Amino acid sequence: MLENFSFRTIVEYLPLFGQGLVTTVWLSLISFAGALAVGILLAAMNLQRGWLFRVPAKAYIDAVRATPLLAQLYFLYFGLPRLGFVLPELVVGILALSLNSGAYVAEIIRAGILSIPRGQVEAGVASGMTYVQRMRLVILPQAFKVTIPPLLGQAIVLVKDSALLSLISVAELTRAGQLLASDRFMPAEGFITIAAFYLLLYYCLKGLAALSGRWLGLQPARSST
Amino acid sequence: MIWQQLQSLAGSYPLALRGLGMTVALSLISLVLGTLLGFGLGILRTGGNRLISAAIGAWVDLIRGTPFLVQIFLIFFILPELGIELDAFTAGIIALTNLAACFICEIVAAGIRSVPTGQVEAALASGLSRWQRMRQVVLPQAMRIVLPPLVGQYVLLIKDSSVVSAIGLTDLTRVGWLVVQRVPNGLLVFFLVGLGYFIVCYPLIMLARRLEQRIGAAHGEVQL
Repeated sequence: MLENFSFRTIVEYLPLFGQGLVTTVWLSLISFAGALAVGILLAAMNLQRGWLFRVPAKAYIDAVRATPLLAQLYFLYFGLPRLGFVLPELVVGILALSLNSGAYVAEIIRAGILSIPRGQVEAGVASGMTYVQRMRLVILPQAFKVTIPPLLGQAIVLVKDSALLSLISVAELTRAGQLLASDRFMPAEGFITIAAFYLLLYYCLKGLAALSGRWLGLQPARSST
Repeated sequence: MIWQQLQSLAGSYPLALRGLGMTVALSLISLVLGTLLGFGLGILRTGGNRLISAAIGAWVDLIRGTPFLVQIFLIFFILPELGIELDAFTAGIIALTNLAACFICEIVAAGIRSVPTGQVEAALASGLSRWQRMRQVVLPQAMRIVLPPLVGQYVLLIKDSSVVSAIGLTDLTRVGWLVVQRVPNGLLVFFLVGLGYFIVCYPLIMLARRLEQRIGAAHGEVQL
């Protein structure tokens, strides 16, 4: 059994875990912002009538959803230098997370916009609004509400996915656990500690999702994780 | 140069086949086990016993709240400390099955809860046993809700199987990693790796979409 589980070692390594946690949080935040940008762009392309923008957007979204993040990460990690972009691991990781999550965000936004009843658009047309006015004043404010809980669900997925960046040696939370496991041969101490930290992040985001659902007057959302 | 690389890639096709076999074996075994376990857990979760339901809920939350990579490390490195010796393949199967079971449990539970109580009451009034009610009345109706996300879950499972390469299993992703050390063309190598997953996952994604549409249509909802 785990009779010699060493809390002292965990305390000793706490600064390392703290750094890892902070790195995981901010790299997730940046990646999520990136994912929002990619997602909005893709959703806008996907909602066009013409095929010129819609087809590439659809192809990109399907390609991302049908392949594992780890393969995408390695694709960028081993592929970018070949194209002449030698970037730090951390940047490659953030790029991979943004591009991956962006595809899922695009689908969430598209579903949100399509959930607005047709009558709303028609009322906008009847009031003499232009396309931009209808989008800005009628559709987006309503769609925004619907997308918040699933977006927070995607944020949970993103934080968990960021653990994969440890495999290209980005010094985030999982990497800290691996270091303790390999330096001191204490895998239990290392991995149980980081699991606890991830759970902390998970419950924070889950609580936020529940709160946002209540604030926005939506049904309690089934988290999409 | 690209020709040389292609030749070199063609030379590593036995390795690629082995990796593909490993990915398929991992996914299939844990898909079957995870589905069985997930349905069992889902039925228990919606059963009368509060304690069992809460325990399952807590476990599911634990699994949903931690990265899969960390779960694999926990299983692979800590079970041996508890005296359970296991190889990487078994550890991978355990981790994937557990993950799938937890997600499928929630999908099945949601499906069962969606069946109107009148149906259960009618079954009770007809004198059906507990098992008969579940098998003949509740589950067939729940399946309509369960099926689309279940297929979606299988896609996630196949994709998540790539993470077991972290404990040294030579699956498709790991093969890409090995080949790229010899053939320095990451774009080409991982394009091919991605293609391998895409061929399996894309039809499943399409299937899930179609099932969703059919069910939406059956409920008389407007498809946009």
